Amino acid sequence: MNAHQSLAVGQPIETLEAISPAATEPDAMVRFAGISKTYPAYRGKPGVNALQNIDFAIPRGSITGVIGRSGAGKSSLVRLINGLEKPTTGRVIVDNKDISALTGRELRLAQRSIGMIFQHFNLLSSRTAADNIALPLEIAGWTKADIKARVTELLALVGIADKHDRYPSELSGGQKQRVGIARALATRPDVLLSDEATSALDPQTTRAILDLLASINRELGVTIVLITHEMSVVRQLAKEVVVLDAGHVVESGHVADIFTHPKHPITQSFLAEVVGDSLPVSPASRIVSEPSAGGRAVIRIQVRGAGAGDTVVARLARELGLDVALLSARIDEIGGQHVGSLTLGIPGGEDAVTRTLTWLSQYQFSAERLGYVA
Amino acid sequence: MSPELINLIIQATGESLYMVGIAALLGTAFGLPLGVFLATSRKGELFAAPIVNRVLGIVVNATRSTPFIILVVAIIPFTRLIAGTSIGSTAAIVPLTIASAPFIARLVEAAIREVDGGLIETASSFGASPLQIVLKVLIPEALPGLLLALTLAVVSLLGYSAMVGAVGGGGLGDLGIRYGYQRFMPEMMLAVVVVLIALVQLVQSAGDYLARRVNRRLRHR
Repeated sequence: MNAHQSLAVGQPIETLEAISPAATEPDAMVRFAGISKTYPAYRGKPGVNALQNIDFAIPRGSITGVIGRSGAGKSSLVRLINGLEKPTTGRVIVDNKDISALTGRELRLAQRSIGMIFQHFNLLSSRTAADNIALPLEIAGWTKADIKARVTELLALVGIADKHDRYPSELSGGQKQRVGIARALATRPDVLLSDEATSALDPQTTRAILDLLASINRELGVTIVLITHEMSVVRQLAKEVVVLDAGHVVESGHVADIFTHPKHPITQSFLAEVVGDSLPVSPASRIVSEPSAGGRAVIRIQVRGAGAGDTVVARLARELGLDVALLSARIDEIGGQHVGSLTLGIPGGEDAVTRTLTWLSQYQFSAERLGYVA
Repeated sequence: MSPELINLIIQATGESLYMVGIAALLGTAFGLPLGVFLATSRKGELFAAPIVNRVLGIVVNATRSTPFIILVVAIIPFTRLIAGTSIGSTAAIVPLTIASAPFIARLVEAAIREVDGGLIETASSFGASPLQIVLKVLIPEALPGLLLALTLAVVSLLGYSAMVGAVGGGGLGDLGIRYGYQRFMPEMMLAVVVVLIALVQLVQSAGDYLARRVNRRLRHR
């Protein structure tokens, strides 16, 4: 046992600030304090540092996205919250209980207030939809009558009251995940963990499931932790986001702040997926490095947050009197902020380009010259 | 065929069914928990006990690699201790059980290992105890495989039961050897074979039917 571990075991929660400032954030549902997770070498495979120096808090009642590429440590992180994994160092505090210090019966009791849904639904094929939802209640020792009433209520909540007696093999992917959600909510948990819950679903079904999660958060006040590798999921649902890369938290905060001013390359690459920072093939293939007579300079403008990116083309044309060509544009809304990029063709030679760039910097737009088109 | 011979066949069928039925029940009673344990006690698993797992694995393999006719003779003192005698159908149940339990355990182990590991994680995530996971997740989910395993075990036991004539266990195999072979009665040999084939078909069909009925992985109306 190393020094960190002996510090983490059996101490009152009041001393947490000694480990981490994030851990003492008021009104946090989940707090990670000085977490690292190492998987030891096994059967010739080298050990893996899955998580290192993790310190952050998940606000009570929030929808928090944890985004990262595969292997970033997302799955380990979420399994620390419900005690399926133990941290190598540090503590995980869920609803003011140190879940990382619990074992056996105490841990199992605490797990009943944390629901989890899975990418592949993980329903029992031998049980009907209703009986799958009943499983956590049977495990918690509810009476038959209570279980029956609660299951009926839950099936209605997730919108599949008519699928009561259907087996999973008779349900669609979306319906299976609804059963999964109902099952996760059965014991009235305070936290719902979603491990890539929409990754196996088509876009339309994904949307419906995310809408359902949003309404569950709104109406039941359940804190939702969304593990995902898909930016679109975070954009549609989360208010808070944590970006994980190679076992480290590289950025965290409000979705609007993080994605209007992304600092880390990983965050920027996730953002590029939704705002399309790469040009479509047709204009991109025509760009050359030298100007030609009567051609246009190609300028890309980043739209990030406030600053009315949606009217920039009209204003630029009007105020500078330029015949601006729109080559490509994508503006999206993330956390209520405009985020995207515009690619413009500016006529009139070097002088016009300089005037345009000066004008853009006046209004705090970041812009770059990509080249020229004929 | 004379009525006496037909009576002999009926009596022998009864003995075979008695030996195989009881041995299958006892073999399952020992083999099912053993198989579940073998499937869940490796490193990092539900009832992790890697050393016990390895020792039990060796014992199971040793039993399974002993030819049945040798086993029957080798454990005569043990059989006498349990059954009070080493001769007759009841005594024959002892070696039959000892041979079938490890066989059933291996089949159960394979069926349990077929259950998606994600389901164990899921049940753990809502606070199920290891015993609850076995009873509410592993066994129900593996049921189609378990029924097929049991069917296979019963069919094998019918084959084994032909050998217990060596210790006066009776049954169809014994009848076939004594009358069909040693007394040169080919019609008796034929009758024994036909009854055995019919029994195996019956057991296999019943097992297949039950396994299909409980298999909810298949879409059915």
